[in-house]
Amino acid sequence: MMHQEIIIAGFGGQGILSAGRLLAYAGMLEKKNVSWLPSYGPEIRGGTANCHVIISEDTIGSPILNSATTLIVMNKPSLEKFENLVVSGGIIISDSSLIDKKSERKDITTYEIPATKMASDMGNTTYANIILLGKLIAKTGVISVESFEQGLKKVLPQKYHHMIPEEIKALEMGMNY
Amino acid sequence: MGEKLLMKGNEVIAEAAIRAGCRHYFGYPITPQTEVAHYMAKRMPKIGGVFLQAESEVAAINMVYGAACTGVRVMTSSSSPGISLKQEGISYIAGAELPAVIVNIMRAGPGLGGILPAQGDYFQAVKGGGHGDFKMLVLAPCSVQELYELTVEAFNLADKYRIGTMILGDGTLGQMMEAVEFKDEENIVHYEKNWATNGTNMERDHNIITSIDTNPEILESWNLRLQDKYKQITENEVRVEEYNCDGADLIVAAYGSVARIVKNVIKMAQKEGIKVGLIRPITLWPFPVNSFEKYAEVTKAFLTVEMSAGQMVEDVRLAVNGKAPVSFYGRTGGIIPTQQEILDKIKSILNR
Amino acid sequence: MATVFKKPHALRDVPLHYCPGCTHGIVHRLISEVIDELGIEGSTIGVSPVGCTYNNYLYFNCDMVQASHGRAPAVATGIRRALPDKTVFTYQGDGDLAAIGTAEIVHAATRGEKITTIFVNNAIYGMTSGQMAPTTLLNQVTTTTPYGRKADLHGFPIHVCEMLATLEGTAFIERVSLHDIKNINNAKKAIKKAFEVQLAGKGFSIVEILSTCPSNWGLNPLEAMKWLQENMLPVYQLGNFKGKDLEV
Repeated sequence: MMHQEIIIAGFGGQGILSAGRLLAYAGMLEKKNVSWLPSYGPEIRGGTANCHVIISEDTIGSPILNSATTLIVMNKPSLEKFENLVVSGGIIISDSSLIDKKSERKDITTYEIPATKMASDMGNTTYANIILLGKLIAKTGVISVESFEQGLKKVLPQKYHHMIPEEIKALEMGMNY
Repeated sequence: MGEKLLMKGNEVIAEAAIRAGCRHYFGYPITPQTEVAHYMAKRMPKIGGVFLQAESEVAAINMVYGAACTGVRVMTSSSSPGISLKQEGISYIAGAELPAVIVNIMRAGPGLGGILPAQGDYFQAVKGGGHGDFKMLVLAPCSVQELYELTVEAFNLADKYRIGTMILGDGTLGQMMEAVEFKDEENIVHYEKNWATNGTNMERDHNIITSIDTNPEILESWNLRLQDKYKQITENEVRVEEYNCDGADLIVAAYGSVARIVKNVIKMAQKEGIKVGLIRPITLWPFPVNSFEKYAEVTKAFLTVEMSAGQMVEDVRLAVNGKAPVSFYGRTGGIIPTQQEILDKIKSILNR
Repeated sequence: MATVFKKPHALRDVPLHYCPGCTHGIVHRLISEVIDELGIEGSTIGVSPVGCTYNNYLYFNCDMVQASHGRAPAVATGIRRALPDKTVFTYQGDGDLAAIGTAEIVHAATRGEKITTIFVNNAIYGMTSGQMAPTTLLNQVTTTTPYGRKADLHGFPIHVCEMLATLEGTAFIERVSLHDIKNINNAKKAIKKAFEVQLAGKGFSIVEILSTCPSNWGLNPLEAMKWLQENMLPVYQLGNFKGKDLEV
């Protein structure tokens, strides 16, 4: 039975929460059970941000994760904070343009993607989170690209729909990296 | 049923209230419930409703009192310290027998405490946090879908009994997103409100809404009437989920988001050959005494798990009435108990 | 036979519970006459305070709501927002309005709530037996200022009209007194205008009425009127502070 527990973490403003929301939305469109739980607090920009996303074919008990099957990190403090929560055999996907450190764990698979640099080359650093999601999708199959695109259409206000092709391009770059 | 939407708990509370016919919301910002106000601020002007950001929680609850006097469906929401400030008004709402919905998305305390989830306001909610002998009907949802359904129901119950009805959630529930499926049409029960102060129109004697009477005999008769109403509610409105309880080695009592964690624990325990049940009170007042009485006869042990130092456990002990040992496990300060912690506790109780 | 005096319809035919010589009865009558004259009894909701007039809901024929201490403006806000076509007034004393309810009156005023506040200022707490009010005069003896109100210990009397007049949401503000017939007539005019301002949807209106409390002042009713005149008038200037020429 498919059951993915995903923690996404980084600085506020990197699209951490919205990446999680997109993932959850796409999962819901695939008729899976989903939950999304943000860290919340006074820091809206610049502070640390993380969210817990569960996508499962089973009913979801707690939305709070004490372990993760996949960790996506976009800054070093988040890697240090959360790497030990990843289950043995799990995955860490990190933005290597922002994190100069590698996880020392040997029982997991790590993917280092210079997502912010790649996004910057595309002309918009806000795609970095999507690039990292691409790797998650490629490695876990937690959702399909089609659902992701459908989710984007639902979540993004109409005025941003012109960005969707670029978002999908970013996703595919991550998948193929 | 419509399509599934992914929504935040707090937003769903607001949407549910609007669907229940609530067009008056008065509130004051406080984390972690503020999204309720944001949603209301956006929607109310578009549907001819009233959103008003009050100068304080004290003012907000009194605006609720005023609007409720006119017979409209009205709601306020806040979080722990703000609910403390509203207690005087909540007592007046009880005394004057007004229907109103009050949402408490709990955070850690005491004092200013912290903004992370907690369940430390259980006593305040179910024992009557304000002065005098009164009760609120207290509903404790555990999912975003249930937040929706129980918020709609809260308005019906408030009107039916002319009682302050509280939705008691915690920061996790308010902040999390989950799929929610709204009904095409809500079950809105309309009750005659001939007591409302909405102008005599020179067609009837004046209505008076008050909570004071200096004649002790009259005031006692008011109190007896309230107690009678509370008895009716106790007999008719208990809601509870009993999960995996038959033949359980141990039954956990938990409500709200903690009950969800316990459901995961039940699966973990199953793998180790331990059968754990869950009694999840959905109404915290009235408390589902019967469920505990029933299983107290056949279950070896109970464990109450809360995000508090131990509050609901007192009601569990009263209901179990010494027929089985009742243990407690809780975390405070905004720390959420983990599945492993709870499982370890269960195993230590059962000597496994 | 010509009727020269009758009870206003808006005032119920029941004995009032106030002390002999208390001016609350006059204020009740003036409000009721105004409600009659404007023909708004059936569409008016009054809010009673905490204080000596806590149960004046028994005396008015319109629908009435009792509010907790100081919160009448918030309660009135809730009522008025739910019933935008009705008329809502609060009846508040100096402790209720100017001490515990300061935040509520200031914010109802600054929001320009379309409500009318009748503010009875007798410079003392009546119901709880003669304690210092925020409007107690300097050197005035009360049960909690037995040596007189001292500025350095107890602060200064609060001037509600002057303070509220600084707020943009207020439409009509006037201070009147009840110490003689002429002033009582002026008080009625002000109350009527305040209600008219609300009916015209112009914003918040308040009438502060300087009143007596013979019981707690320790004076007979006549002496009390004189005391008001000699001691309160110099501190609390009568007159209109806002909205005198407002078209209603």
